[in-house]
Amino acid sequence: MRVAVPVFPGSNCDHDALHACGTVMGWDTIPVWHQETRLPENTELVFVPGGFSYGDYLRCGALAALAPIMADVKRHADHGGLVLGVCNGFQILCEAHLLPGALLRNESLRFIHADIHLRVERADLPFTCAMQPGEVFQVPIAHAEGNFTLDPADLVDLEARGGVAFRYCSPTGAIGADHVPNGAMNGIAGIVNLRGNVLGMMPHPERAIDPKLGPTGGMGVFRSLAETFTRA
Amino acid sequence: MKVRVSVQLKPGILDPQGKAVEQGLHGFGFEVEHVRIGRLIDMDVPGTDPAEVKAKALAMCEKLLVNPVMEKASIEVL
Repeated sequence: MRVAVPVFPGSNCDHDALHACGTVMGWDTIPVWHQETRLPENTELVFVPGGFSYGDYLRCGALAALAPIMADVKRHADHGGLVLGVCNGFQILCEAHLLPGALLRNESLRFIHADIHLRVERADLPFTCAMQPGEVFQVPIAHAEGNFTLDPADLVDLEARGGVAFRYCSPTGAIGADHVPNGAMNGIAGIVNLRGNVLGMMPHPERAIDPKLGPTGGMGVFRSLAETFTRA
Repeated sequence: MKVRVSVQLKPGILDPQGKAVEQGLHGFGFEVEHVRIGRLIDMDVPGTDPAEVKAKALAMCEKLLVNPVMEKASIEVL
């Protein structure tokens, strides 16, 4: 399994992604500088990491979406290749039009770092197939702009087509505004494109998979990817 | 020509910054409501025909300056 991790000026979760995919999962994981125009040969997963690419100038992810490497990430996605964007990576995928919507400033205006719970809404994706529908898992968030927003009509479409992969919830899986840390519409924490090969999420599963460092609530996502590639 | 692009959050999009500033103004006793915070982008665009320059600025808005999910823009050729 070959993973490419695009690195932008201001990325700061690229090493978390490299550690999770490379050291913990043992995948062939390659950092790729944003000025490159091609992903490594035979890249199967592109992991767009979190951080503050280009200092969040203009809008979070807006300038990274224009970086040379992103054209090849789009080509990879168009050919059905897997793309996972976490935190700033999610913002970049939205700005690159690989996913719908936008991430606005948290309702509280504050940067929030916390361990939160997510409910699996889609367990049939390459990123979730080792999990159960409705399964609850705990992962950290760390963001100031995670308030997922979409035009009301597009939000209805997104929900109707099962575009929501993960929703914020209580430790027992209850859904409701009380469990949404950032004001995201419908408590949306992660979404997937129509084809099911591009997933963006604000929480950080890659920060919760190494037992040496703490809880491993994010392992379900990586186990799913491992299963997907064993099957392929 | 000098061009000014004003980018504002669309109506209905929550603007927590605007809300916080509004509360701050209330704290000073100002009667004010619907405070919204936006962004001004000034630039020099080559050309002498205002319509043509405006069209260029519009294209820039569509490509980069504005995210239509949450923002709208107005363009002034100064």
